[in-house]
Amino acid sequence: MTDGNILSLITFLPLVGALVILATRGDEATVARNARYVALWTTGATFLVSLYIWWKFDNTTADFQFVQQREWLGGAINYHMGVDGISMLFVILTTFLMPACILASWTSINTRVKEYMIAFLVLETLMIGVFCALDLVLFYLFFEGGLIPMFLIIGVWGGARRIYASFKFFLYTFVGSVLMLLAIMAMYWDAGTTSIPVLLEHDFPADMQFWLWLAFFASFAVKMPMWPVHTWLPDAHVEAPTAGSVILAGILLKMGGYGFLRFSLPMFPVASADLAWLVFGLSVIAIVYTSLVALVQEDMKKLIAYSSVAHMGFVTMGIFAANQQGVQGGIFQMLSHGWVSGALFLCVGVIYDRIHTREIAAYGGLVNRMPLYAVAFMVFTMANVGLPGTSGFVGEFLTILGVFKVNTWVAAIAATGVILAAGYALYLYRRVVFGALEKDTLKSILDLNRREVVTLAPLLAATIFFGVYPSPIMNVTAVSVENLVTNYTAAVEAYRLAEGPGMMSQVANLLSGN
Amino acid sequence: MYSAIVFLPLLGFLIAGVFGRWLGSRGAQIVTSSLLVVSALLSVVALVSVGLGGETDRVQVMTWIDSGDFEADWRLRIDTLTAVMLVVVTSVSALVHIYSIGYMSHDPHQPRFFAYLSLFTFAMLMLVTADNFIQLFFGWEGVGLASYLLIGFWYKKPSANAAAIKAFVVNRVGDFGLILGIATLFFTIGSVDYDTVFKAIPEIADKTFPFLGYDVPVVTTACLLLFMGAMGKSAQFLLHTWLPDAMEGPTPVSALIHAATMVTAGVFLVARLSPIFEFSQTALTFVTVIGATTAFFAATVGLVQNDIKRVIAYSTCSQLGYMFVALGVGAYEVAMFHLFTHAFFKALLFLGSGSVIHAMSDEQDMRKMGGLFKLIPVTWIMMVIGTLALTGFPFTAGYYSKDAVIEAAYAGHNAAHMYAFTLTVAAALLTSFYSWRLIFMTFHGESRASNETLSHVHESPLVMLVPLVVLAVGALGAGAVFAPLFIGHAYEAFWLEAIYRGAENHILHAMHEVPDWVPFVPTLMMIVGFATAWLFYIARPDMPRQLARTHESLYKFLLNKWYFDEIYDFLFVRPAFWLGRVFWKQGDGRIIDGLGPDGISARVLDVTRGVVRLQSGYLYHYAFAMLLGVAGLVTWFMVGGTH
Repeated sequence: MTDGNILSLITFLPLVGALVILATRGDEATVARNARYVALWTTGATFLVSLYIWWKFDNTTADFQFVQQREWLGGAINYHMGVDGISMLFVILTTFLMPACILASWTSINTRVKEYMIAFLVLETLMIGVFCALDLVLFYLFFEGGLIPMFLIIGVWGGARRIYASFKFFLYTFVGSVLMLLAIMAMYWDAGTTSIPVLLEHDFPADMQFWLWLAFFASFAVKMPMWPVHTWLPDAHVEAPTAGSVILAGILLKMGGYGFLRFSLPMFPVASADLAWLVFGLSVIAIVYTSLVALVQEDMKKLIAYSSVAHMGFVTMGIFAANQQGVQGGIFQMLSHGWVSGALFLCVGVIYDRIHTREIAAYGGLVNRMPLYAVAFMVFTMANVGLPGTSGFVGEFLTILGVFKVNTWVAAIAATGVILAAGYALYLYRRVVFGALEKDTLKSILDLNRREVVTLAPLLAATIFFGVYPSPIMNVTAVSVENLVTNYTAAVEAYRLAEGPGMMSQVANLLSGN
Repeated sequence: MYSAIVFLPLLGFLIAGVFGRWLGSRGAQIVTSSLLVVSALLSVVALVSVGLGGETDRVQVMTWIDSGDFEADWRLRIDTLTAVMLVVVTSVSALVHIYSIGYMSHDPHQPRFFAYLSLFTFAMLMLVTADNFIQLFFGWEGVGLASYLLIGFWYKKPSANAAAIKAFVVNRVGDFGLILGIATLFFTIGSVDYDTVFKAIPEIADKTFPFLGYDVPVVTTACLLLFMGAMGKSAQFLLHTWLPDAMEGPTPVSALIHAATMVTAGVFLVARLSPIFEFSQTALTFVTVIGATTAFFAATVGLVQNDIKRVIAYSTCSQLGYMFVALGVGAYEVAMFHLFTHAFFKALLFLGSGSVIHAMSDEQDMRKMGGLFKLIPVTWIMMVIGTLALTGFPFTAGYYSKDAVIEAAYAGHNAAHMYAFTLTVAAALLTSFYSWRLIFMTFHGESRASNETLSHVHESPLVMLVPLVVLAVGALGAGAVFAPLFIGHAYEAFWLEAIYRGAENHILHAMHEVPDWVPFVPTLMMIVGFATAWLFYIARPDMPRQLARTHESLYKFLLNKWYFDEIYDFLFVRPAFWLGRVFWKQGDGRIIDGLGPDGISARVLDVTRGVVRLQSGYLYHYAFAMLLGVAGLVTWFMVGGTH
């Protein structure tokens, strides 16, 4: 095995597992059992293999590594894979969360197990592909392809309103992507290539950047999701099976942030600078608005979904601060939110599997019978609140620092998010876990079983470990982000020198008083 | 050694927390308490070597967050300020651990309790040993978490859960300021490291920077924002509402967290940041005013409370106000001295009241007590000692530190200082009154408890009394012994570089040269307060009720704590929930979904439904439509043709 095709191996290993499952024959119970084990082994193996790239990763360069390039579709469009400090950890995040998803579905999914596992493995391939693709068209294929298995997971294995939710999810994201496809074509006409490394060097004309930026923004803003195109997320989460929620919150949302970092900021720097005010505005609205909405939710999954939107507000705000702390903080926040929100959804899944309701009012006093669960849930709740010492703090704090340098209003409003987060998260915890155990349905509830402990333990370890010692992550992202920020600043300054400040940013400055 | 002081409690937390199930109550008690005792003994050694030997130190643990020019390490900073706090925290914590062995003996969740106590101690030690703002913030939030967990320790009580959330959220309001304060310093100086920031402050003392659309002075803004954090943690006026409610937690917790250590973190913060605050007279004035207001306000509320712990809680709030007055006038050493002595006598009062509550079968209402001094004499003596120290009886600890605060306030010159002097003197009178009221209502007069309760009254076990005695020794002697070091002639050699003062700040000399009558004022206030309390609760027990009846609105105002909870509920809590509901149902539901996906799909359905209706299948419908079309076309061409 050479480093040249390691990324392809990681990407397509899950697909091999899916084929194996497809080939299994026998009675329903055997097939289900085999499908579960094959999926678990495949995702586990993929995770272990993916650690190899973290181990071999060169922290000192911003170049793409483990690059593989093959001619495909007549030379114009290539099969081009590679990772840098921005994308590499998202690959690891994906492979890290997948085994937890399979384990979480172990007993809760009983119908069409074979198809379910295949859908997840295909989804894993597509998600990894998104973060590894170095060709625009390839990226688009992976990016859009991921919609289909997710659509099926919600639509087939979801809750009561699954059809409504899956269509809402599909249409929202699809409308965004169509615009992105148009933009991709436009980029090809201008630059004559779809190779991402080449496009990163390409100077798009300023007014063209503006339209391209908006087209990409439409797609990524929906994915993030940013206010006001976030309403598909709560519905999708509520109806999705637990593992679907984990993937949705843990990885699919990160594709938006990754897109901003891979395309919007480096390829359209002038437009990014001119339209940063728009992102800032939407981000702080998201933080305050969705935090308040989270406060009044009656459904646990909806509450966590809304809190995800608020947390993603910190990410977008940090990314478009376009400085070292903001961007690194944004990446860290995405990774941390990946396992923290994933874990929170798993926590909801644990009690949903037992009581079959997500209604907060149906719970209360769980700590009396589920002490282990209470501890795990507490740790993840605190990480969600952004308590220092958990991974939730590092990203949130860095993004606030980063954006403070750019716009103090944004930082100040975003900082109110730390108050509101404490409010809704602890209020949820209190209603579910604390109190006396009075409801008859809960009297015989059991604490975490071994499978659930194994599922949650790695996430808990990551939450604490990277909260106390985030360096392994910060070191990977540092050089790539520095390179990104330097190029971005240079491009914006060069343009400003030539043209004077952009009209949009003048308006924004007028509004913010800076 | 310094690492051991800090990390032994963490070890205790991990052992008791993870292995608590197997260790059992006894095991958890022994492990956590003995580790804390070791830590406390080492802290004394540290204070001697740092305070007297002048050996400051930095201990690098490991890197934490490193992003571009933002660097924050796990590192321990050891100077006199730290060493003083180490002694306060670990010694009170060790005593509280030991005391809890007795106090919590009937509780089934002891491993959890002791784990939390040790976790708190660890976080507090991280806070006081921090060498940068980020580690400080870690400790700051860590103690907040431990406080949340311990207030809500009895999780079956809804009131305890509510109080826990309130404490955490109100503290977060303060953190909002703290975060922005740190961001301001990082923005202007490019570092969050104490030494770097302190060195850079004189150079940027006159600089301004754009903040929220205005050009504001850097140092003052940073100070005010950081002080907001201190106000939250130290329960100062406006952000004080969580502290009285926090009394829902077990009493040893109140003693450790909500009297001796955590709530003093704000005081510690301002003292630690003296190199910054010294450059902003505005900020210092603000600190003085808030401190004085708190000292007076909390004392007035304390006058009428009937829950024994709430009286002491308001007293704590008030005494913290004193410390901030001292900080505000630039007498950081005096503030730290009062913090130091206060830790002893307030922990003593809390643990003493815990002993009373323990004896009275968990009764906390003083109206149902009285005449207990014969039944629990040791507790009574301890409480009296604590009260003497709190009210500043000559030569007890409070006499040295509290009077020093009042003198320092007098020695200042501006209007804020006079305001502070007046209010602290008034508060001294009130303090004396409510403290003796507490003693009289609890221990003297006719007993108002039921015979059932009285038959169970017993003196606490030795494991609870010994910590009381140790604290009582501190409450009596700590003032006389440490006054020369903290604020006396040796203060410069003691504090060294730990506290900075500007060239014009001579408050520590000036306070020794105040007119002769000033030092006597607090003592006079103490006597008047004592006499009034005696009159009200021993000589003429019917007087308080009469007074309450004749001044009913004032009484109600005080009893309801100036209506702060109601106002905040009206101003913040209800609107937040209301807004949340509006955003959810109207914003998301009606506007975004209504105009967006649902609206569009509904329109699409309308259109298709309309189209479907056209396909009626009747031939004459189609013929009619065709005819209409032809007529339309013909008209079009004819009209168009005329041009």
